[in-house]
Amino acid sequence: MLTNLFDGVAYGMLLFVLACGLSVTLGLMNFINLAHGAFAMAGGYVAAYCVNRLGAPFLAGLPLAFVASALTGVVLERTLYVHVYGKSHLDQVLFTIGLVFMSVAAVDFVQGSQQQFIALPAFLRSRFEVLGVSIGAYRLLIIGICGALALALQLALTRTRFGSRLRAAVDDPRVARGLGINVDAIFMVTFAVGSGLAGLGGALGAEILGLDPSFPLKFMVYFLIVVTVGGASSIIGPFLASILLGVADVAGKYYVPEAGAFVIYTVMIVVLLWRPQGLFAPRLAR
Amino acid sequence: MTRIRMVLAAMATLMLAGTAEAQQTVRIGLILPMTGPFQSTGRQIDAAVKLYMQQHGDSVAGQKIEVILRDDAGVADTTRRLAQELVVRDKVAVLAGFGLTPLAMATAPIATQAKVPMVVMAAATSSITQQSPFVVRTAQVVAQPAVAIADWALQNGVKRVVSLVSDYGPGYDVEKWFNDRFRQGGGEVLAALRVPLANPDFAPFLQRAADAKPDALFAFVPSGVGSILAKQFVERGLDKSGIRFIATGDVTDDDIVNAMGDVVLGMVTSGPYSAAHPSDTNKAFIQAFEKANNGMRPNFMAVFGYDGMHAIYAALEKTKGGIDGTALVEAMKGLSWESPRGPIMIDPQTRDVVHNLYIRKVEKVDGALYNVEFATFPMMKDPAKAAQP
Repeated sequence: MLTNLFDGVAYGMLLFVLACGLSVTLGLMNFINLAHGAFAMAGGYVAAYCVNRLGAPFLAGLPLAFVASALTGVVLERTLYVHVYGKSHLDQVLFTIGLVFMSVAAVDFVQGSQQQFIALPAFLRSRFEVLGVSIGAYRLLIIGICGALALALQLALTRTRFGSRLRAAVDDPRVARGLGINVDAIFMVTFAVGSGLAGLGGALGAEILGLDPSFPLKFMVYFLIVVTVGGASSIIGPFLASILLGVADVAGKYYVPEAGAFVIYTVMIVVLLWRPQGLFAPRLAR
Repeated sequence: MTRIRMVLAAMATLMLAGTAEAQQTVRIGLILPMTGPFQSTGRQIDAAVKLYMQQHGDSVAGQKIEVILRDDAGVADTTRRLAQELVVRDKVAVLAGFGLTPLAMATAPIATQAKVPMVVMAAATSSITQQSPFVVRTAQVVAQPAVAIADWALQNGVKRVVSLVSDYGPGYDVEKWFNDRFRQGGGEVLAALRVPLANPDFAPFLQRAADAKPDALFAFVPSGVGSILAKQFVERGLDKSGIRFIATGDVTDDDIVNAMGDVVLGMVTSGPYSAAHPSDTNKAFIQAFEKANNGMRPNFMAVFGYDGMHAIYAALEKTKGGIDGTALVEAMKGLSWESPRGPIMIDPQTRDVVHNLYIRKVEKVDGALYNVEFATFPMMKDPAKAAQP
């Protein structure tokens, strides 16, 4: 019972790291980036390459995945995304879904379609008992990393100068520019962090979710569910939504395996009927 | 006027030349998923077909053989359209390939109408050979490994199992064949779990299997996913609590078993072919295959494709180069030869393959992971058709 809860929380945390970048671009920058999963996949492949081919330790592979995805994010943001910020949402959807297909084909071409594995060190493969609850070391690591990230993001957004500038830039870009805030740079950094987090999630998740070229398509739905259920534009919303969905998914598959695959969708429908704007109402109505 | 007659005469000559050439060349239409999620199957079979032609020459009984490769990306209506084009436009004498059951099912009516033999090199559902009298299969039938591993488990002290299959057609087939056979033999199936095909996390299913405390967990999932399952099985400590992991050979596919890592060491699976099969035929096959393909290890799909080509070549030899579809199928019936997987035969009644099913264990051989065979169920027919009168 408690083991299931633990597994569910770990799964939810993983969903959070993968999806929170999307909630930032969608909620704060008002930009629909369906290619978010492609950045997660890039991070996963970078980590797999560094750990398996170059022999880097697994824990070093995670920051590398973050950096690589963040850099990719910056380059694409500066060269491509910047042109579609002002366009309609339909244009953004079409543009980013195109990027998804290109990334799927490119990875398929370079790496082939087979599953990638990242070699884990022995201490992460172990398992131990705490108060009768059986806990996997790797899942504990996920909970640790993701919990710390959620806290750091929330603090950065609400307590730092960068956070208040970002919120100002989103509320009214023109006035923010007038006050001397470099809106473009702020959006670029935000986008990079969001992509980097996705990359980190992709690297962390390879062990549990798998990693192959169809990753961005397979998990796009999950990211979108997290963001819609949690409500965009905050960190707490998607965080709690991820945990809720993770636990519901694991519990559903354990107790009612016949219907397990549908639980996550049922939760989404119920939450959206109850609160169409998401669990946590967005701070700004756009 | 003379000019028109000259043009007509030229055209007629060209057409004559065209038909004359068509008589000298036997075309084989090979339809495989060369892109998309099942491209590993396509890649392996294509490589094996090329190797077979390289080793045995490109002519049989005075006829030149030409293989026309088409990519259906694993989509059934594309397979059907390509088959139609190959039959009507390219006038192929034989259709071959077919990576998945729906692809073969969609094409069977074309084989019947055109009276063109259809050599199935991968798709494994039992009923495919019943869709058309022109279907001949050199691939395994899905029930064969399921029945073999169920029998082996019963003989080796496994009394209670939990079965875990992917939630799709072949998964149901395997679940049914394994569980029925296991119950008939006096075993107990504690739970039959079905996992969504696009399943991100096996944790809840494995936890459920662990809580049921079976002697073994039987799994059938697509090969890529299989390694995630195996890893989580070990990570969850199921191996240490005395639960054995048994599966069909798809899970420890030769194509990826080495990349799955040491977690799969000792896993017991059943299948008709392992790259570690200890025969001279197989050793020669492996050596030539790896040399021609940059070190890629052949898997069971490659051998099914290789044997498919052999069936076509042998049939053409019997018909002395004749390409009448009915005669070719008749010639294929009852063929038997030594394949890299061991002795095999085309069952004259069902046109399905009859071959040895091996029980294998993953072991380290020369630093790489292989499925090492240690028990044999000799010359097994398709159990599904054997059960019917």
